[in-house]
Parts: sequence; C-alpha cells; structure tokens
Amino acid sequence: MTSESPITDMHLDVLKEIGNIGAAHAATSLSQLLDRKIDMYVPNVKLVSFDEMFDLAGGAEAIVAGIYLRIEGDLSGSMFFVLSLESSNHFIRRLIDDETFSFSASTLPEIGVSAMQELGNILSGSYLSALSDFTGLKIYPTVPSLSVDMVGAIVSFGLIEVSHYSDEVIVIDTQIREEGESGSTSINGHFFLLPDPSSYITIFKSLGVM
Amino acid sequence: MMVLKEVVRVGIADMNIVKEPMTIRTSGLGSCVGVVLYDEMKKVAGLLHIMLPDSNLGKSNQLNIAKFADTGIYALMEMLKAEGVRPMSLKAKIAGGSQMFQFGSSDTIRIGPRNVEAVKKELRRLSIPIIAEDTGGSSGRTIEFDPATSILNIRTVNQGTKEL
Repeated sequence: MTSESPITDMHLDVLKEIGNIGAAHAATSLSQLLDRKIDMYVPNVKLVSFDEMFDLAGGAEAIVAGIYLRIEGDLSGSMFFVLSLESSNHFIRRLIDDETFSFSASTLPEIGVSAMQELGNILSGSYLSALSDFTGLKIYPTVPSLSVDMVGAIVSFGLIEVSHYSDEVIVIDTQIREEGESGSTSINGHFFLLPDPSSYITIFKSLGVM
Repeated sequence: MMVLKEVVRVGIADMNIVKEPMTIRTSGLGSCVGVVLYDEMKKVAGLLHIMLPDSNLGKSNQLNIAKFADTGIYALMEMLKAEGVRPMSLKAKIAGGSQMFQFGSSDTIRIGPRNVEAVKKELRRLSIPIIAEDTGGSSGRTIEFDPATSILNIRTVNQGTKEL
C-alpha cells in the first residue's frame, strides 16, 4: 500500500458504491442496446492476491474474451470486461441478428471483434462517466482493446502497474447477467476495475473518506 | 500400470522445485516469463513465474524475490543448490513475454520483451545456457516441465501444444 493509513471496511464500502453506480449505468446501456432486461449483482470489493484475481475471472487458464482499457486523468488504473466465449457468441448473435455466428479462439471474424470492441466502448464509457460524475474526478479512458486468450495472460497485463508496489490488488468486481429464459444461454460478464495504488487516496479524498 | 504424475502448480510471482516423477506447471503466462532451471542427470527442476524485469522497479518495502527476473532466477538457483544440484550442471528453458495489448502505461509498454531480455541477461550472468525458448508474440501460454524427460510442454490458445 502506498499510504501509511490502512484500507478499512469503510474504504471498501465506498469502492463498492463506485462499482454499484458504474455497473448500474453500464447495465442500463447494455439493456437498451439489446432490448433485454439486464441484472446486476451486488459488487464485490476485495483486496486479493494476483492468483485470486485470476480466480475471480474464471481461473488463470480459462479462455475468455477480455476487453481491456487503461484509465488516465485524475484517476489511473485498469479496467476489464471479461466474458466467457459462450456469452460473447450470444451477445454478437443478438447484436448482428445472425444465429449462426461463431466466435472461437481460433476464428475471430472481424465483425465479431468489432462488435465486442463496441460493447467495450459502450459499457466502459457508461461505467466510467457515472464514476466521473459521482466522484467529480476527470477520467479519460483509452480505446478498449480485445483479446481472446487465457485469463492469466489477459488480466496480468492490468496487474503490472500494481505489481511495482504490492503483491495484492484492490478489485471492484461487478457481475452483470442477462435475465434470460430459464436454461437458455445468456450474457454473463464481469467488470473489474483495478485502480492504481497511487489513485487509492485520490478516490477516497474525492468521496470524503480521507 | 498407470502412473499418475503429480503436478506442482506455480502461481504468478512465485517459484518452486520438483523431482521426477513429479512435473511442474504454471498457467496463463502473458507478458510474464516462465523460467525453468533443470539438472538433466539429477532429474530435478525449478520453475519461476516472473512479472517484472528488475527488482529496482519494486516500490514496496517487502520484496517478493520471485516477482523479478534478477532476484528470482538467483533465488531459484539457490533453492536448487540446497537440493544438491551443482550450478554448473544447470540448464534453462524459457517461455512467455508476449505483448497481449498494444497500449498501456509507460511502465507496461513492451513489458513482455523487457522481461525476456532481463531473464536472458541474468542467465548469461550466471552462465546458465538457454537450451530452448518460446517467447514473444501476442498469445498466452501455459507451460509444464517434466524433469524426467527435460521436456517443456507449451500450450497456447491458437497454436495448440508444442514440446521444447
């Protein structure tokens, strides 16, 4: 940790609120995009080891579609939206209205990649603008980038910055899920917001808890 | 008779050693590098999963030596020495160091290639020859080493499995 003061439960609660507000906006955007009801789970805010971080995203070796972007500005950090391949397929099929579409690690059709990048844009944009409004901080996201690969390979990239300071990371994890007909495939994804350790104090100050 | 091989798993910024018939494995290497040091005769091997090239980059008071190429490789060699392996007989196989995304903060850009360079520099300094490597590119890797055969098995999402 960069500051002398330890992270308390109150701090984690504030971060949970960030996850709540951000993901609620993102879920609304997704709901409008797909014309479906999207559920959001209560955010999970934890201080975890890097290996535990991979487990939250499905395990180091699990193959997923990961959308990654960096956040710069008053606040810096990494953000991921992680979807299973099945969920990605389901999403793209719905978006382009083509039930035969298939997206796998070995075949990444361009339309699928661009649909996923657009998904990343919309979801991260709504998440982060809500976060910016809530905290009053200026937040500039980079263009999201997509990778279909192992969780460990994708998510570790967002841990490099933190790893200079610590072997643990604060993760704000929010899961969203499409409310589908029972038993049918649905979209089930996780947002992971990983603030850089240098930004912890900025966040807490902006919300009046430090 | 079927012999079930026990696999020792190494996490990120971690290391361990095994003897035959056990194997050692680490999953989901991206920009990180997996370094295997092994003794062919003694059938002993160590695996290290580093994240950063140089321990000078560490900004914490508590240093996790397995996180950095320089401190990690040296520490792994020491662990193997404690098992009676002579440094002279050590060989290395390395994998990882890919560039998963084309952007990042200034510190993370090119972190994969920088990790690979740092690993090679440290191995050269310790006079440990690199017998095989699978580095760079833009794919994740899961690797498993078998000290009985000295074979490093590498699995990627797109290119399947290969043996080095």
